[in-house]
Amino acid sequence: MTESTSTEQFGSSRVKRGLADMLKGGVIMDVVTAEQARIAEDAGAVAVMALERVPADIRSQGGVARMSDPDLIEAIKAEVSIPVMAKARIGHFVEAQVLQALEVDYIDESEVLSPADYVNHIDKWGYNVPFVCGATNLGEALRRINEGAAMIRSKGEAGTGDVSEATKHIRKIKSEIAQLSSMSKDELYVAAKELQAPYALVAEIAETGKLPVVLFTAGGVATPADAAMMMQLGADGVFVGSGIFKSGNPAQRAAAVVKATTFYDDPAVIAEVSRGLGEAMVGINVSDLAAPHRLAERGW
Amino acid sequence: MTVGVLALQGDFREHADVLRTLGADVIHVRRPEELAVVDGLVIPGGESSVMDKLARAFGLAEPLRARIRSGLPVYGTCAGLIMLADSVLDAIVGQESLGGLDVVVRRNAFGSQTQSFETDLDIPVLGADPVHAVFIRGPVVESVGPAATALATLADGRVVAVEQGNLLGTSFHPEITGEYRFHEYFLSKVRARTLAA
Repeated sequence: MTESTSTEQFGSSRVKRGLADMLKGGVIMDVVTAEQARIAEDAGAVAVMALERVPADIRSQGGVARMSDPDLIEAIKAEVSIPVMAKARIGHFVEAQVLQALEVDYIDESEVLSPADYVNHIDKWGYNVPFVCGATNLGEALRRINEGAAMIRSKGEAGTGDVSEATKHIRKIKSEIAQLSSMSKDELYVAAKELQAPYALVAEIAETGKLPVVLFTAGGVATPADAAMMMQLGADGVFVGSGIFKSGNPAQRAAAVVKATTFYDDPAVIAEVSRGLGEAMVGINVSDLAAPHRLAERGW
Repeated sequence: MTVGVLALQGDFREHADVLRTLGADVIHVRRPEELAVVDGLVIPGGESSVMDKLARAFGLAEPLRARIRSGLPVYGTCAGLIMLADSVLDAIVGQESLGGLDVVVRRNAFGSQTQSFETDLDIPVLGADPVHAVFIRGPVVESVGPAATALATLADGRVVAVEQGNLLGTSFHPEITGEYRFHEYFLSKVRARTLAA
């Protein structure tokens, strides 16, 4: 090793949050095989999420959903050169340790898997690998950031193809940020109490008008127009889970979602890429889901 | 004087913020007609394979190559450096660069995100104070051709910043550290060329 290594700092917040900055304006796609990862990379994904079953299958097959087999993650890492993310169960710090040992690029502490701890989330500060966590509102996002999350995704309702919850959550987070920005300083103490979030983070957001980390949207995005809508609502980028590989023509749909995410404010482009994509995933209306089957309610 | 930031994907807003702070008029560039009006261009950090695909799909790649050949000042960070390199190693299948810099760049040269780091670099052309540099799954310049000049190296000798005429490329991201000197240096090239025209 050279003498320079003593001054190199690994795993800092800047380095962890910085990778999410580089993913902005992009689409992160769920993949369950190396072959799907290849299709995603070829279609223009900025990163892939390696998992054993997409949320739609987790939903239909039931049972406990866990971290993926390391062989699967390594096969996907070997197939593509864009960043590879993988999911750990909420609170399952050993799955997170394993994923760090496998050198994934981001860990998603995800409500899509079965929670391992119904009280605590993972203490994410101790890892060199960054974490992304889901949130349905600003307080939840700030609790995750306080635990060390380097990126937030609004949750939506994964595996449904119904974008209404994604819309609700990104709107909620954005409007709560806007409310903080309009408050006077002495109101922020109560705001922090009501958000159940640390005062320092609340005060920072009131000052800057934005989260200190990148905010993507997830959960139910199935079409180019869905992705563009999330971007117009203020998302920095989108996760597409079941929406691509549960559709009729994954490669074409994936490329179309990528283009619509970049040209989110240009209806002519969105119209053009939306033509002839074949069948979208069939989907489930979130209103038809009984409360125990709503994944977004996992996380606290 | 109008400066463009390539806004296909990546941290283009951070670059636009730095350039505006330094007094430039900034526009986002996603279409050939936007590229046509800029006096300089920044290619941001992000995923180079995605920028390449979108640039080609929306008819931007050839106009970009033409303007680079005609002397447009361009500064690329990380993915932007890859886009500016004449030759790229470890690219995805079918990936093309725009070229312009007589260098061979290896994409994602440090490995996975756990190998990303920050460090201080001496870059004499920017002054005596070291530059605080953040490397995020960054590339390195594996060889510098006769037309290009290395501006900065890691202690192990690997080249991480290069210059060739009006082109500037760094493996790291000054746009997220509050380091403005690279952007000032780039804007001085834009200004010099605008005045000469």
